[in-house]
Amino acid sequence: MATEFAFPDSASKTDAASQEFQTEKMSLAMGPSHPSTHGVLRLQLELDGEIVTSCDPVLGYLHRGDEKIAENMTYNQFVPYTDRLDYLAPLASNVAYAIAVEKLAKLEVPARCQAIRVIVSELARISAHLLGLGAYGIDVGAWSVFLYAFEEREKLYKLFEELTGARFTTSYTRIGGVARDVPEGWTGRVEGFCEQFLPILEEILALLTRNKIFQDRTVGVGIISKEDAIAYGLTGPNLRGSGVGLDLRKDKPYSGYEQYEFDVPVGAKGDCYDRYLCRGEEMRQSVRIIRQAIKKFPAGAWYAEDAKKIFAPQKAKVLTSMEELINNFMIVTEGPQMAAGEVYFEGENPKGALGFYIVSKGGGVPWRMKIRSPSFCNLSILPKVCQGNLVSDVVSILGSLDFVMGECDR
Amino acid sequence: MAVIQVERKPLTFAERTYIPQIIGGLKTTLKHFFAPTVTLQYPEERPEIPKGYRGVPTLVKDPHGREKCVSCQLCEFVCPPKAIRITPGEIPAESSSVHVEKGPQAFDIDMLRCIYCGLCQEVCPEEAIFLQNQFSMSGYTRAEMVNNKARLYELGGTLPDQHFKWDKKKAAEEHGNAH
Repeated sequence: MATEFAFPDSASKTDAASQEFQTEKMSLAMGPSHPSTHGVLRLQLELDGEIVTSCDPVLGYLHRGDEKIAENMTYNQFVPYTDRLDYLAPLASNVAYAIAVEKLAKLEVPARCQAIRVIVSELARISAHLLGLGAYGIDVGAWSVFLYAFEEREKLYKLFEELTGARFTTSYTRIGGVARDVPEGWTGRVEGFCEQFLPILEEILALLTRNKIFQDRTVGVGIISKEDAIAYGLTGPNLRGSGVGLDLRKDKPYSGYEQYEFDVPVGAKGDCYDRYLCRGEEMRQSVRIIRQAIKKFPAGAWYAEDAKKIFAPQKAKVLTSMEELINNFMIVTEGPQMAAGEVYFEGENPKGALGFYIVSKGGGVPWRMKIRSPSFCNLSILPKVCQGNLVSDVVSILGSLDFVMGECDR
Repeated sequence: MAVIQVERKPLTFAERTYIPQIIGGLKTTLKHFFAPTVTLQYPEERPEIPKGYRGVPTLVKDPHGREKCVSCQLCEFVCPPKAIRITPGEIPAESSSVHVEKGPQAFDIDMLRCIYCGLCQEVCPEEAIFLQNQFSMSGYTRAEMVNNKARLYELGGTLPDQHFKWDKKKAAEEHGNAH
């Protein structure tokens, strides 16, 4: 909602006054290293006093040319680059990428692999939303939320570290499977995390949800209408906050999401507060999904065993058998063999729909890869929502859109 | 199992006075104030490193002290940031493992480029390169941050082996039934 200020008539209407005050619009560069821009985003603001009359996001400070890089390496070599797209939920990006390439190869991964991918995606979602929440808290002036959220993220990082070998840059998936099976007892520890996490989540949310100070900063601020949200291509919690119940896990289920029961939270008004509420509820739903996935965690292979030209053979075989040794060399040097064709796949990432459009001319290297990053599309609405708001509301809106520049600039 | 609307009730009069939230917030922060700390006092206290951690890449020797790398350069090929550089060399004739034929003359890993992704370890057909537990590296110059072969073996040490495939090959050769 635009904040309207009524200036006293005497001040605005007399020529003498306007000459005396010399009112003119001010140009202000917010960022690229401003704490509330969550990365290297620059907002070129035009201000009339405290009111934003135009907002122009300047992107590209973190551009690395990932799409071009992808054309020069095999499919598996690109997995570490997907960590660095949405670096707050690297596992979810890994999974979306692997499924996209598998769709190109028309490859079905076993149920255990699918369940592992669902669990890690949902854990990544919790981790990303916790950070989004904590950082949002700081943006609008609540410190403790950030601290408690990070305590929980540390526990998640411990789980990721045990599963993948790294806390942050997980590089966990491979085309046709995952890098390694879950360690002994890991699912139990995830269950334990979920158990203790829910009360803490409620405690964290209780600090904000009914807080008058928080509501003053968020309710009615940065309203995105349903129509606008769709027109600007918003996805994820930002779209759902505006009342559109689109969730790719529900609407185009992948990786076995159709087996799990969960709700899709949507907002009523589409303001910052609704987006915050949606993220909070999504974490509860993620816990629900993880619990179901662990309950019926399938045994069996954790990679596609029949995909001999795609998934590299197991180490013990490579060391003892000539066939597998040659196969290992072939898959590494030539890349996982794909048919020629085009494919587009979007996965429901914490920030929204992360899409990979891959054009293959056969072989192990993509001919062209386009990455549709949710943060980029979500940011496109910024000039529209910021207009007419106060500068301090811009901070609140940015926090509620919860973008990540690594993926936006890619 | 559907789309649900997030609950959004207007604040009560009491809540609008800020008081219940202030009290509630103080309660929460006080609880955390007296809770045991979770911070690790880093250089003094060290985190527990789980099995399978991807730390600094190292080269390892087998239990007989033979260097395992046969300089096939697969890790050099797969390394996404191109951090590895290998110069292949021949194994001297007087060495007991001369039948291995090739070994690295030089093996450099540029730790300023390495992203610890573990692909080198994954593709190695000899189990010669391992990402082990060390996670912090520092140096004053760029040259210091390039691990050469000697340093890589020093970091790596010896790891157990299950297959001893080159010993088997040697035995087979001596019996005259090698391929």
